Amino acid sequence: MRITCPLCGPRDRREFYYYGTDDYLNRPVADAAPAAWDDYLHNRDNPAGVTRDLWYHDMGCTSWLAVTRNTVTHAILKVEAVAPVKGATQ
Amino acid sequence: MPELIAKTALGGPVPLLLAATELAEAPILSMTSVAPYPGRKKQVNAALMPLGVTFPAPNSHSAMGEVRLIWTGRDQAFLIGAPAPEGLAEHAALTDQSDGWARLTLSGPQAEATLARLVPIDLRAKTFPIGSTNRAPLGHMSMILSRLADQGFEIMIFRSMARTAWHEIGDALEHLHARASVE
Repeated sequence: MRITCPLCGPRDRREFYYYGTDDYLNRPVADAAPAAWDDYLHNRDNPAGVTRDLWYHDMGCTSWLAVTRNTVTHAILKVEAVAPVKGATQ
Repeated sequence: MPELIAKTALGGPVPLLLAATELAEAPILSMTSVAPYPGRKKQVNAALMPLGVTFPAPNSHSAMGEVRLIWTGRDQAFLIGAPAPEGLAEHAALTDQSDGWARLTLSGPQAEATLARLVPIDLRAKTFPIGSTNRAPLGHMSMILSRLADQGFEIMIFRSMARTAWHEIGDALEHLHARASVE
């Protein structure tokens, strides 16, 4: 399995650390209802098919990546850097 | 103020020469992490002008004589061989890295083949030419790898892992040497 890092290029899966669902990118505001925090912290889909989750390129450029992949075929469909998504640096 | 002695991570071991390929520890050089503040690449390059280097694109390094600026991650590069020039600190976060890293050099006809046993990326000159710098694993260690010559690589590894790196690379080199001597 390979992941194409937007900075480093195609790399072996062993260079990356799996974090979890991309739900973590959508943190509720501090005073959000308990239900929103419940969803954020605990409730996860477990799709057979396309899913999007966060990976960390710890043996490479140390970027956080949002990876769209298929849990049935193991195909990697899209890899994006999280930083521009969140509007961090230019 | 006591006089402190700067020592390399391995204390300058005798280079390992096998199959006409040499593994050696490089001397200590001044090393500074340069992380430009958002939107300041232009000012950073202006401040770097006296050194003759520019902020490198990902997977590469910029060199002028003994001074190099090597890419080490997103919006981060290491300045090696010269102290940070005046004015740079206004536009980039600077961190001294000089004694945090061990630098090894591997040069000779078997250098590429030796690294091929330890590094899961394509290091042939076609895809990793002179001027390239990659962050990649060396076994299980995080490494900064640069090609400085046709048959010459610089390997940077966390200082605490210097002996393991030396052992692993030496081991791979010995295997190649043994294979060559029975062929």
